[in-house]
Amino acid sequence: MSRFLIRKAFLSIVLFLSTLAAVTAQHDEHHDHGATGEKKKFNVGDMIMHHIKDDHGWEFAHGLTLPLPVILYTQDKGLDVFSSSHFAHEANYNGYVKEHNKIYRAGANGEADKTIKVYDFSITKNVASLLLSAALLLLVFFSVRKGYEKNRGKAPKGLQSFLEPVILFVRDEIAKPNIGPKYAKYLPFLLTLFFFILFNNLLGLLPGGANLTGNIAITMTLAVITFLIVNLSGNKHYWAHLFKPTGVPVALLPIMIPVEIVGVFMKPFSLMVRLFANITAGHIIILSLLGLIFIANDLGGSGMGWGVSPLIIVFSLFMNLIELLVAFLQAFIFTLLTSMYIGSAIEDSHEADHGH
Amino acid sequence: MDLLIPDIGLLFWMVVVFGLLYFILSKFAWAPITESLKEREDDIQKALDMAEKTRIEMAKLQADNQKLLAEARAERDAILRGAKETADRVIADSRDKATEEGNRIILKAREELQTERQAMVAEVKREVITLSLDIAEKILKKELSDKKSQEELVKSLVAEARLN
Repeated sequence: MSRFLIRKAFLSIVLFLSTLAAVTAQHDEHHDHGATGEKKKFNVGDMIMHHIKDDHGWEFAHGLTLPLPVILYTQDKGLDVFSSSHFAHEANYNGYVKEHNKIYRAGANGEADKTIKVYDFSITKNVASLLLSAALLLLVFFSVRKGYEKNRGKAPKGLQSFLEPVILFVRDEIAKPNIGPKYAKYLPFLLTLFFFILFNNLLGLLPGGANLTGNIAITMTLAVITFLIVNLSGNKHYWAHLFKPTGVPVALLPIMIPVEIVGVFMKPFSLMVRLFANITAGHIIILSLLGLIFIANDLGGSGMGWGVSPLIIVFSLFMNLIELLVAFLQAFIFTLLTSMYIGSAIEDSHEADHGH
Repeated sequence: MDLLIPDIGLLFWMVVVFGLLYFILSKFAWAPITESLKEREDDIQKALDMAEKTRIEMAKLQADNQKLLAEARAERDAILRGAKETADRVIADSRDKATEEGNRIILKAREELQTERQAMVAEVKREVITLSLDIAEKILKKELSDKKSQEELVKSLVAEARLN
């Protein structure tokens, strides 16, 4: 039953997206043909940046864009909501100008007025992907839960048996050994964290997928939550260790205390940068490899472009497989380090202190 | 939308979505899932413990059975031995009694035979005496009648005796 529901939901989402996309595609093509006549030279940097950065509107392929709602707030004008497809037709819409993917208020001369602060709460490509992944996570884990209710006292089945080892892995290999006996309190967060990163890493690898876990805002939020949990659950040993390290000569304290305090902020900062850099780098590598085909095409004609393609395909296939590994690895590392930080904040004795 | 500067919009949505995701998943997915997992692990542990307990009990039971069997065997042997002894004794007793009885019968028969023979000898003796007396009577009768005939009689008697 649940599988049927999932399939139905998935199908309806795909159908909905594809009809929307098709409608916009027709729109865009109509628009493009009149505007640009000459052949543009391929710029690999722009192409890559365009792919790894956020965007208003979700471009699946060239000219195939799903318009998304733009939600803007300015102090004087208040809330404004309109479709992102308006910017495809005209540069200046409803008193707003889009410049380098950023929306500004239009000044008197139609140029962007950068003095007025525009708060952009748009459902961008990344936000849409975020919502999609959240829906997917809910769908998947509600189905898993249903499996546990249905197969009570029986062997796990289907999606439940597929994800059970992963859940057990997070519990037994990440949470238990690093946090200790009080792991149960933090397990829901660690599971959410792990599967959120994993699902979004994998969604990001799909063609047309958003680079969500390679976005600094996403990794920053995760890192800040980790920071808050670690420091809010820190016991007196943790704080004592921070401000009165044992076994350190008094003369060294002026150096050690700032170092320890920097460490407190460094840990989540490294989490943020690690995930962001790993995922973004992976995307950049694959895009650069694919970009090589078009560079060859520009340099030596279409024959050259076709000629290098097989090699590039092999390389990018290889990179995609590596990225698949990285998707799991980064979800694992983020969760592992988070549980280690939590573990070090709540441990009772200083036995395991040699890790510094 | 720069690469290294977080967008306020995305931050906002991320906080909202991740927060909701965390609360919904914790309450409706992780709690029941981890509980079910725990329950199942406990069940498995209980089943294993039970199996171990049962195994030990079985071993004990088997040992008890073995002991019981050995006891039964010993008892059977004792009973058999007792029965054999009794039978042997009965046979021996019967044999003794039979021998004794036989001897007694034989003795009695011998005694009766003896008595009978003595009676027979006494009878024969009486017959002989009667016969002798008869002869003597007859001789005496003849002697009394005639001298000549007396002689003749003696003569005939002697002849007769000689013939006998």
